[in-house]
Amino acid sequence: MTQHAPFFTPDRSQYPTQKDDGTLDIDLASGKYLKLWQGPNHPGITGNMSVELTVCGDEVVEGKTHVGYLHRGFEKLMERRTFIQCFPIVCRICVPEPDFNEYCYAAAVEELAGIQSPVRSDWIRTLILEMGRINSYLMYLGGQAGALGLGIIGQWTTYVRDLMLDRFEELTGARIYHMFILPGGVRDGLPEGFDARMEETLREIERTLKDVYDVMFCNAVFKKRTVGLAVIDPALLESYGVTGPNARAAGVAKDVRKDQPYLVYPELNFEPVIGHDSDIYTRADVRRRDLLVSVDLIRQILDKMPRSGPLMATVPNVLHWKIPRGETYIRGECSRGEYGYYLVTDGSGYPRRVNVRGPSYTHAMALLERLIVNINIADVASLMVSLHTYPPEIER
Amino acid sequence: MRELHTRLGKLFPLGELTEQRTNLAFVSVPQEHLRALLLHLRDREGFTHLVLLTAVDWLEEGQFQLTYLLADRKNARDIGLRVMIPRDGATMQSIHELWPTAATYQRELREMFGIDFPGSPRVEEDFILEGWRDIPPYRRDFDTLKFAVENYSQRPGRETHDPATHMKQQLYPGEN
Repeated sequence: MTQHAPFFTPDRSQYPTQKDDGTLDIDLASGKYLKLWQGPNHPGITGNMSVELTVCGDEVVEGKTHVGYLHRGFEKLMERRTFIQCFPIVCRICVPEPDFNEYCYAAAVEELAGIQSPVRSDWIRTLILEMGRINSYLMYLGGQAGALGLGIIGQWTTYVRDLMLDRFEELTGARIYHMFILPGGVRDGLPEGFDARMEETLREIERTLKDVYDVMFCNAVFKKRTVGLAVIDPALLESYGVTGPNARAAGVAKDVRKDQPYLVYPELNFEPVIGHDSDIYTRADVRRRDLLVSVDLIRQILDKMPRSGPLMATVPNVLHWKIPRGETYIRGECSRGEYGYYLVTDGSGYPRRVNVRGPSYTHAMALLERLIVNINIADVASLMVSLHTYPPEIER
Repeated sequence: MRELHTRLGKLFPLGELTEQRTNLAFVSVPQEHLRALLLHLRDREGFTHLVLLTAVDWLEEGQFQLTYLLADRKNARDIGLRVMIPRDGATMQSIHELWPTAATYQRELREMFGIDFPGSPRVEEDFILEGWRDIPPYRRDFDTLKFAVENYSQRPGRETHDPATHMKQQLYPGEN
């Protein structure tokens, strides 16, 4: 039997000792350690954030996440905007999957203002959210493969993502920021012939995913570099606020679509995808299978959705729209985990406070800083991508 | 939720319960009882997930509202704990030992609202804003417009409009 060499054998004799307060005693002047910045602009970084690595040889002994490159002050900005003026800016908080911002914001405003969105609009909202999820997973697969040198996967997934962007364009008029789900309902119904074209796109996605499976998931290099790496202990899930595929890969079926169903998810037939090994490979595989679930969900939605009926509820004159004092929290399951909006109103025409809870806020900060210890420098990019983080959610 | 509130009310001096939905309620807690209540909710009542920790600035009342939102996944319910603290010299005890992720929220709150959390890891470090010298920017008395006018030069030929007035003119031209 062939004896396989372990991934990486660190030289622990040079490791820093811990100080009384738990921090590491790193003496940079000793020459044993090196500070290395990964980011803010780096091919192995998910968006503009940086990780300040302290390395000992090739191994990371400490990592600190630094953000601040994308801060645009959305939450403060919204305090100066009327409720309807906030609607076109919320989507800009998250580029690859902007629709959750629109849905959570719209649902929060509706709840505090006592508005019920029409049933048909709820179906279209669900359709859009699932389309966005597919886009986000496709980008992720390209990034995850790219972090390990499999550049072709990114080209394939970008191609099918582009087809999905075409469907977005014909449905909403825009490719990236759709500004379609507004408080009260949605802007429009489905265009003629949309179902057939969507079916064609879904088939193309399925075909591509088969290739992705063969080339990426059955690839010896990909397996060797991801299986058993950066395991999230299931015991850490609650204390580190881990949600979404990162939690499901650890065997916990955390999925807001099932735990606290919203929109029309109770009427759809699906099971949360879970994995068990909680390593980078499992997280990638959970996302790949979840993508196929979304493909199925879109088919179910198009099959079951009502084709007539109102798309917008009656909303007050948006220029004089005042919402009584109150607070609420609306959550949804985005491709990365729990996405939520905490909205506080004070009876005026402006939100008192909007707080956006993005899953990256916990995944890219506390969790990443914990997982990054003892990782080889070459695997840092792979680990970061495997947590599927988007820095704009942290900074807003 | 009402039943939970009654049960907790026997142990802690809680304020009125605001039931926003059947599975979401908010309740006020005195500052000194927060930590014990959080521990009780986490270990005895199944609220193991800290969803978010944020602040609301009630400038007129001279208070900050800290909101600790906890989720109980098994029973699909959420509870928001409201803690009112004075705006002047705002300080709150840290809960990073209960949830390590709270340290990130507390760092942000210190930077954006100026609320101190003594003992929280790296709480003094800059989080998003580097070298910020003004008052914490998410406070209500921080004027973003004034800051922009004072710190950035206007591009020649650029027009600025008050968003509300501009939108009104776009939608209803000719009306006052």
